[in-house]
Amino acid sequence: MAVQAKAKKNSRSASKERKGVTLLVGTRKGAWFFHSDAARKTWRVDGPHFLGQIVNHLVRDTRPSGTLLMAAKTGHLGPTIFRSIDKGKSWKEAAKPPAFHSTKETTARAVSHSFWLSPGHESEPGVWWAGTSPPGLFMSTDDGVTWASVDGFNENPMYAKWCPADGGTPDGALLNQIVIDPRDASHMYIATSTGGVFETFDRARSWQPLNKNVEANFMPDPYPEFGQDAHYIQLSPSQPDRIWQQNHCGIYRLDRPGEKWTRIGKAMPKDVGDIGFTILAHPRDSDTAWVFPMDGTTVWPRTSPDGKPAVYRTRDAGKSWERQDKGFPRKQGWFTVKRQAFCQDHMKGVGLYLGTTGGELWASTNEGGRFRQIAAHLPEIYSVSAVERL
Amino acid sequence: MSVTIFVPPQLRNYTQGASKVAAEGADVDAALSNLSARFPGLKFRVIDEQGRIREHMRIFVDGERVRDIASPVRTNSEIQVFGALSGG
Repeated sequence: MAVQAKAKKNSRSASKERKGVTLLVGTRKGAWFFHSDAARKTWRVDGPHFLGQIVNHLVRDTRPSGTLLMAAKTGHLGPTIFRSIDKGKSWKEAAKPPAFHSTKETTARAVSHSFWLSPGHESEPGVWWAGTSPPGLFMSTDDGVTWASVDGFNENPMYAKWCPADGGTPDGALLNQIVIDPRDASHMYIATSTGGVFETFDRARSWQPLNKNVEANFMPDPYPEFGQDAHYIQLSPSQPDRIWQQNHCGIYRLDRPGEKWTRIGKAMPKDVGDIGFTILAHPRDSDTAWVFPMDGTTVWPRTSPDGKPAVYRTRDAGKSWERQDKGFPRKQGWFTVKRQAFCQDHMKGVGLYLGTTGGELWASTNEGGRFRQIAAHLPEIYSVSAVERL
Repeated sequence: MSVTIFVPPQLRNYTQGASKVAAEGADVDAALSNLSARFPGLKFRVIDEQGRIREHMRIFVDGERVRDIASPVRTNSEIQVFGALSGG
């Protein structure tokens, strides 16, 4: 049986390689699909979908349903979730989008926008999680049709301290990420822009901060228990006890069951620094990860340092970093790549994809060895997600 | 009470393109809820979960701007919903 299962898995994997990749691109003005050929050399554009909607995240369920969910709002209209169960051919709005409990308080929270969508654990088909601004955690158990507040976080007695109303990014404070341990549906991490990383072992009923040794240089105590701005976290798929973090204040790694993060960004070149929005783990090599540094000096331009875009890769768990910039502009390339706009695929010769706020889409199909622009003139790109070709 | 609701372009994909629809209700809240029962999702995009009119939406009843969705309406009132300025 084991041999049969392995053969089936290999066959599935080979099938994916033959099919290629689809990039799901969310922008400030709508969504686009980019479909590759099997070699990921040519790309066919499909879009815009929902032109004018602000699409913060567009995600496909990696479980058998393959449901697509889109977190959207417009400049005028409130937030919602659109669903597609036919690979984006048709869409239907969620019957009950994420919303906080109604109260009589005049300052009560209301969801401004859904920012992050995560399919649930492999063992829980139909379960999805959403993170919002202001920071809120929501769950759906019916494949994204209806959503409910996760009170273990949203009504936590510590919520006001973890997510102060005046904290946050220019677009509002965020619960910007939800990460589930692939081995245990009850074990989850979330990242926030106001409190850093939190962890639960009881499927979101209770939470503890997980920020030891992570800097918050904008606080009186630069190493608080919580208050950090965790831009992005990712588990190594091949070693889920290894967590990578791109923080507002540097690049970190944590190997569980340890609780103290190591600032691996100290090994980055000093003139580049270790500030950025995203970090990507290699799908098969737990010592390899990529970051896309940005200028976090002086007034925080958040553009590629010195106007020279580059990815940096570590292959030794953060002890050293190598620059990967082939194909990018050699100068005057002032890229900003937001939290959800840098992603990888899981193919042989891992593909890396990034979208810029200037509406350019870039791809590498050899693990960062060379990049090429596959689209330009899109609206400001908010998210890029690579899935098996639709 | 029967009222008429004027639907802005931003919401006409909910109303199959109709710019003017009939609804029932004694106040703005009830009339919008009545409308949303026929066109699911519409109300939440105008009114948040705390019953507040969203920042860039405007509602007028018989020409007068209302800020509270508990504002009463009369038979044959006209409720105008607008998408106001919201940036580039």
